[in-house]
Amino acid sequence: MEPKSWIRARARISPYEIVFWIAAAVIPFVFFEHYLSLAASVAVAALFCISLDLILGYAGIISLGHAAFFGIGAYTAGILSARGWGEPISGLALAAAVSALAGYIVSFMIVRVQHLALLMITLGLSFLMTELAITFDQFTGGSDGLQGIDTWKLLGIWKFSLWGHTAYAYAISVLFILFLLARRIVHSPFGLTLEAIRENPVRTTALGAPNRGHLQKIFVISAAFAGVAGALLAQVSETVSPEALGFQRSAEIAVMLILGGTGRLYGAILGAIIFMVARDQISGFYLQYWYFWIGLILIFVVLFMPRGILGGLERLARIGRRS
Amino acid sequence: MAEPLLEFRDVRAGYGDSVVLDGVSFSVAEGAGMALLGRNGVGKSTLIQTIMGFTQFLSGTIVWRGREIQTVKPHLRARLGIGWVPQERDIFRSLTVEENLVVVARSGAWDVARVYDLFPRLKERRENKGNQLSGGEQQMLAIGRTLMTNPTMLLLDEPLEGLAPIIVEELGESIRKMVREAGMTLMLVEQHAEVALEMTDSAIILERGRIVHEAPSQELVNDQATLDRYIGLNISA
Repeated sequence: MEPKSWIRARARISPYEIVFWIAAAVIPFVFFEHYLSLAASVAVAALFCISLDLILGYAGIISLGHAAFFGIGAYTAGILSARGWGEPISGLALAAAVSALAGYIVSFMIVRVQHLALLMITLGLSFLMTELAITFDQFTGGSDGLQGIDTWKLLGIWKFSLWGHTAYAYAISVLFILFLLARRIVHSPFGLTLEAIRENPVRTTALGAPNRGHLQKIFVISAAFAGVAGALLAQVSETVSPEALGFQRSAEIAVMLILGGTGRLYGAILGAIIFMVARDQISGFYLQYWYFWIGLILIFVVLFMPRGILGGLERLARIGRRS
Repeated sequence: MAEPLLEFRDVRAGYGDSVVLDGVSFSVAEGAGMALLGRNGVGKSTLIQTIMGFTQFLSGTIVWRGREIQTVKPHLRARLGIGWVPQERDIFRSLTVEENLVVVARSGAWDVARVYDLFPRLKERRENKGNQLSGGEQQMLAIGRTLMTNPTMLLLDEPLEGLAPIIVEELGESIRKMVREAGMTLMLVEQHAEVALEMTDSAIILERGRIVHEAPSQELVNDQATLDRYIGLNISA
């Protein structure tokens, strides 16, 4: 068999995946109607988390500043809307393009460094973007945030209401489509090569793979994904503030991914669900203790489930099947 | 005489400030096999890595099919048709055997089926992850993975090192079969001089970064004095 057709044959969709996506589309509408806004922000976080998984989980590029691209996407869609064009889907497309461009520029630095230098560059990028957003307040609204975003009806039909029906349907649809795209990418020969590069860059070079080109490509794709996530948030919440670009958001998304498990896409989604729902529930009672609990969970997961919660579950399932 | 496939002209190369190869010249014809012999630490692996472009190149010329390649980047040299199987094997541990084979594959005469034909053990282990393989299987996979890039020339760096005698026999047989049937150009680094000489047409012996002896393999295998002098033990005549 040709190598490429062989790889494609490996990426079959399992029944569990179909059940998961049907449940994700239906359950919030049927059982948690009062939480649809939360569900929409979970979908946004999941998409952002997937974008980080593409670079961290598959290509081994660690970033503490990925919110820079999330924020660029959010501001792009937000400013576009505030200036009079509130059509959501074209807003997403423009946000993806602008974030991808920013990602392309940054990628030249990213592929030249590793480890600590990589953390510092991405962190620095995040600080830089936050300051820029505060400084250029005639475009961004400064530290008060961007005012006047008005998202038009989705496809000219569905209005974005307070209840969040449209918001969730919109967010979960975008998440699903981009998830399919991400899935296709990671199961392609390109995706497999990224994993090999993550493991041993010298070896892939010796076998003829252009490492830097591959890493730049996935970084640009990831930046575009993050930008779409940011744009989604701006459109459904009709607000953007500099914290969209900030370190805290970058750190939180990394925490979600580590909790769920890297390099498996569904880990990113699971991490986002657990983190966002837990924060919503815990901070309802003890806002000040939220970071205490998330810190505790994070330490526990990293110590006892080094492949994240999903990785841990997979291991349990394997042990269960064997006995 | 036909143009050689690969030629070194007075190459000096090393790592950082240290010069390991100090004026090395040789040439390999297409379809021929060359053994690269010498004691530990004389620069055999450095020579292989210099062919690939992973060392600090200082001076001289490397010619591939009549074209100078000393400034060509490593991944492009691989694409010219140079396939390196490293001493460390460097299997991608989180990928399965089959994924290791296809991940960097380029179309040509070698495909998964042909590699499995050469190494039937790999077929049995196709679903196993790279970290669940024995040393011999890792070596087979490392060779198979490089064959999947369909190289013109194969650089084999101590493929039999550290393997059990029975595996050495099996693997040696596969390598012989591969060389015989595919007519591949081969550079073989090996501590077991008798194995290397049997599989190749000519041999060069390296000492302290220089070539100190060059001879047809058939001649060298009977030249006990030279082998004793430069390689020492390891020869069972």
